[in-house]
Amino acid sequence: MALAFDEYGRPFIILKEQDQKTRLRGIEAQKANISAGKAVARILRTSLGPKGMDKILQSPDGDVTITNDGATILEQMDVDNQIAKLMVELSRSQDYEIGDGTTGVVVMAGALLEQAERLLERGIHPIRVAEGYEMASRIAVEHLEHISQKFDFGTTNIEPLVQTCMTTLSSKIVNRCKRHLAEISVKAVLSVADLERKDVNLDMIKVEGKVGGKLEDTELIYGITVDKDMSHPQMPKQIEDAKIAILTCPFEPPKPKTKHKVDIDTVEKFQTLRLQEQKYFDDMVQKCKDVGATLVICQWGFDDEANHLLMHRNLPAVRWVGGVELELIAIATGGRIVPRFQELTPEKLGKAGLVREKSFGTTKDKMLYIEHCANSRAVTIFIRGGNKMMIEETKRSIHDALCVARNLIRNNSIVYGGGSAEISCSIAVEAGADKYPGVEQYAIRAFADALDSVPMALAENSGLQPIETLSAVKSQQIKENYPHYGIDCNDVGTNDMRQQDVFETLIGKQQQILLATQVVKMILKIDDVISPSDY
Amino acid sequence: MAIERILKDDASEEKGERARMASFVGAIAITDLVKTTLGPKGMDKILQSTGRGQEVTVTNDGATILKSLHIDNPAAKVLIDISKVQDDEVGDGTTSVVVLAGELLREAEKLVAAKIHPMTIISGYRIAAECARNALLQRVVDNKENAEKFKSDLMKIAKTTLSSKILSQDKEHFAQLAVDAVMRLKGSTNLEAIQIIKKPGGSLKDSFLDEGFILDKKIGLGQPKRIENAKILVANTAMDTDKVKIYGARVRVDSMSKVAEIEGAEKEKMREKVQKIIAHGINCFVNRQLIYNFPEELFADAGVLAIEHADFDGIERLALVTGGEIASTFDNPESVKLGHCKLIEEIMIGEDKLIHFSGVEMGQACTIVLRGASHHMLDEAERSLHDALCVLSQTVNDTRVVLGGGWPEMVMAKAVDELARQTPGKKSHAIEAFSRSLVAIPTIIADNAGLDSADLVAQLRAEHHKEGCNAGIDVISGSVGDMAELGISESFKVKQAVLLSATEAAEMILRVDEIITCAPRKREDRM
Repeated sequence: MALAFDEYGRPFIILKEQDQKTRLRGIEAQKANISAGKAVARILRTSLGPKGMDKILQSPDGDVTITNDGATILEQMDVDNQIAKLMVELSRSQDYEIGDGTTGVVVMAGALLEQAERLLERGIHPIRVAEGYEMASRIAVEHLEHISQKFDFGTTNIEPLVQTCMTTLSSKIVNRCKRHLAEISVKAVLSVADLERKDVNLDMIKVEGKVGGKLEDTELIYGITVDKDMSHPQMPKQIEDAKIAILTCPFEPPKPKTKHKVDIDTVEKFQTLRLQEQKYFDDMVQKCKDVGATLVICQWGFDDEANHLLMHRNLPAVRWVGGVELELIAIATGGRIVPRFQELTPEKLGKAGLVREKSFGTTKDKMLYIEHCANSRAVTIFIRGGNKMMIEETKRSIHDALCVARNLIRNNSIVYGGGSAEISCSIAVEAGADKYPGVEQYAIRAFADALDSVPMALAENSGLQPIETLSAVKSQQIKENYPHYGIDCNDVGTNDMRQQDVFETLIGKQQQILLATQVVKMILKIDDVISPSDY
Repeated sequence: MAIERILKDDASEEKGERARMASFVGAIAITDLVKTTLGPKGMDKILQSTGRGQEVTVTNDGATILKSLHIDNPAAKVLIDISKVQDDEVGDGTTSVVVLAGELLREAEKLVAAKIHPMTIISGYRIAAECARNALLQRVVDNKENAEKFKSDLMKIAKTTLSSKILSQDKEHFAQLAVDAVMRLKGSTNLEAIQIIKKPGGSLKDSFLDEGFILDKKIGLGQPKRIENAKILVANTAMDTDKVKIYGARVRVDSMSKVAEIEGAEKEKMREKVQKIIAHGINCFVNRQLIYNFPEELFADAGVLAIEHADFDGIERLALVTGGEIASTFDNPESVKLGHCKLIEEIMIGEDKLIHFSGVEMGQACTIVLRGASHHMLDEAERSLHDALCVLSQTVNDTRVVLGGGWPEMVMAKAVDELARQTPGKKSHAIEAFSRSLVAIPTIIADNAGLDSADLVAQLRAEHHKEGCNAGIDVISGSVGDMAELGISESFKVKQAVLLSATEAAEMILRVDEIITCAPRKREDRM
């Protein structure tokens, strides 16, 4: 009861409007939370691995998304339960931090919760469970470091990177041409990467999609594409060795920000104003021409008159280019964004080898390609595909692959995939458990069991006998003391992941275990859920 | 402890078998809906919109039908989307792509019922699609070098495309129209340059291709109705009141006489503008925006033909046809490129007066005037013609051609069938199923024509057992015929797009094992 009494025995209310709230306490609250978390994990479980299935998500507006990306599924599921929301957050933070393994982290958390439930039933205090998990996760992370391998790659030897990206892509619908896409992703990342500082700015990679064509037509453009066309239909469609003026001021009459009025009360004023206006337009175009620009890219619109003057002076122009794109163009071409006509100088112009307009299909779709830029560090991945949902899903898959490549550049340690890392950790944690006296030992063992659930789900999704396969692999690992045996999802014939070239990044795996443990700890510590009841 | 609801109220979740069922049922329902429109004897559909006026559309264009449907089933939405993309990308084959995807799913359903994992089916389908594409690639004909032959290929394709539409009665005529129009584009795929004007009245046969350009406008009063050797200035400028564009400018006066003065100045300004325009040495002026009475009068006085309010497309096309540039300022008359044409005259089609520009410099654009008994007829005719134009313009770029009438499907089915026999493992069932789905297309064509499909398809299969056979279904005589002799051809690009996007869509739907539908967004009740 949320009712307390003061020293005179008078009741006072702690919770306002208590009768309108539902409340769960103690073990009941924990169990409800655990079951909610498990329910979320169960939804994602079937999406894990190369043979994982997709989900159709229909948004409130009736739009359809088809995906097997954990973070996307959870984000669009529109969950209502508080604990389920925590799981969504969990997947999202994995997405932000690592970009891949969003499904795995939720499955892992679900398994940990499942094990915790059993321990709670035995009467172990939730905090003790949480502490045990914490210790176990430390063992697992250390062990991962131990079994990880460094591998070398350079700008010439990109094969290892491609292989890792292929592992990521193989679980997506695009696995039909994973080789092609993996190569594109790696090349894109390498061209924007700063290998010295081991840093990659993914903002420099633009992922664009256009419906039509086939997936194989997806290409990497060393430059920028803009979904715009020339402002005047009769401007040239192709410009070589373009000098680009990047403007954020409109080709329109000036609009001072302060309020003002120009009063016209005589005929003379009317005429001078008119002359000034004409001169103004002329000046604007002339200034661009004077600095030697051969292409104008503008963030704002053009007046009809200015447009014709540009056309007339043989100065092609593009209008209404978005701010982000403008920035990318500036980076790629080495130009500066110029906010005022007066500040235009030849040094501030961007340079590009080729600018061309390309049209697609039977509709009037046109895009502008800016290629061979002075600074080739901004690139665009241009995706083609049979339908809208396919393009969206490909974008997400490419994003994952890009993230993986970036992580490898940051830290070139890898572990082997196919569940082998999890199995190996599970063995290590199991062995480590015996060293801890006290109740935590049970929790650590439970953690080992939970680690097994990832390979188990992989085997299940691949149509193998989960328990048989897992125990076979486990005994094989212990017997031969070789941590790279995993689940043979693709029926290749060997379960040595090293031979199959299935890699994952070390930091991705470590992050998965740490994040999952953290969230589970948080959920276990909750013993009171107060929520407004339905009205 | 019962599991609490994780999702919001009204949201639904379907899992495993049920989800798969739901998507199969949805996709197959869509397929059955458009199935009957396939082929030369396919039937049309009437679509009645729920909007104001309850407009009626009669069509057998797959994309148009599907676009107008309000569908709730997510799998069905995928199919509608591929049909739309097919329309945007190649223009034709919008029905075929849906039917093929539907048939693939129908076969997949049987395999799933026989306990084959969807992923196995998908990998089988992928191999099969690749094999089918290669089989087709081996049999394509490319007449790029031979202009004469290529033109006859185009003719054949146009006729084949049109034969399934409302224009089939006059397909010779329209095929010729379409081919002529596309040849004028000289390889560009910009169909904007071909203008289609619809005028009710007359019969379909009276439709014609005009080499010049027809603008659906009237000539201003008191201006010449016929100009020879016209010099045209195409413009986009304000000819109503030429406002001062500097922000915040306003007129403030203190007496009536000043108003009159400023009005006079305004008029003077307009007069000057008109003078400048006339100084270009033109005798025809076409503006995108309105022309007020005053400048119009000035133009009339100068003997210049002024046309107001031509829409944007019209202006662009006119500029394209006459070779002029679209002007907005008029200070340098010497450097503005003017458009030229031999003759401008007012012509009558039906009851309407139109302006006809003939003897133009650049023959890139042209106009097709469609005549017909009713609006519905004209709309459908336009759609059909559009399909034909799309296909032709794509074929000009990718000149590979295959035969039609179910021939490509049979060729692919044969190759896929052989592959199935060589493939070990469960995949071979899926590959076999792919071949069955391909055969379903000639079957449907035959069924729609009221023929004995089982018999015909069996005959066809036997014929195709021979090497280099050209047999397909001849719907007119109701038997198996030589497609090369009958002159039935299709564009390879269309067939390839059908094959690939249908497989892609089927794959996507097969991979799904769960459908989560969010609660529909609550609409506020607006009165």
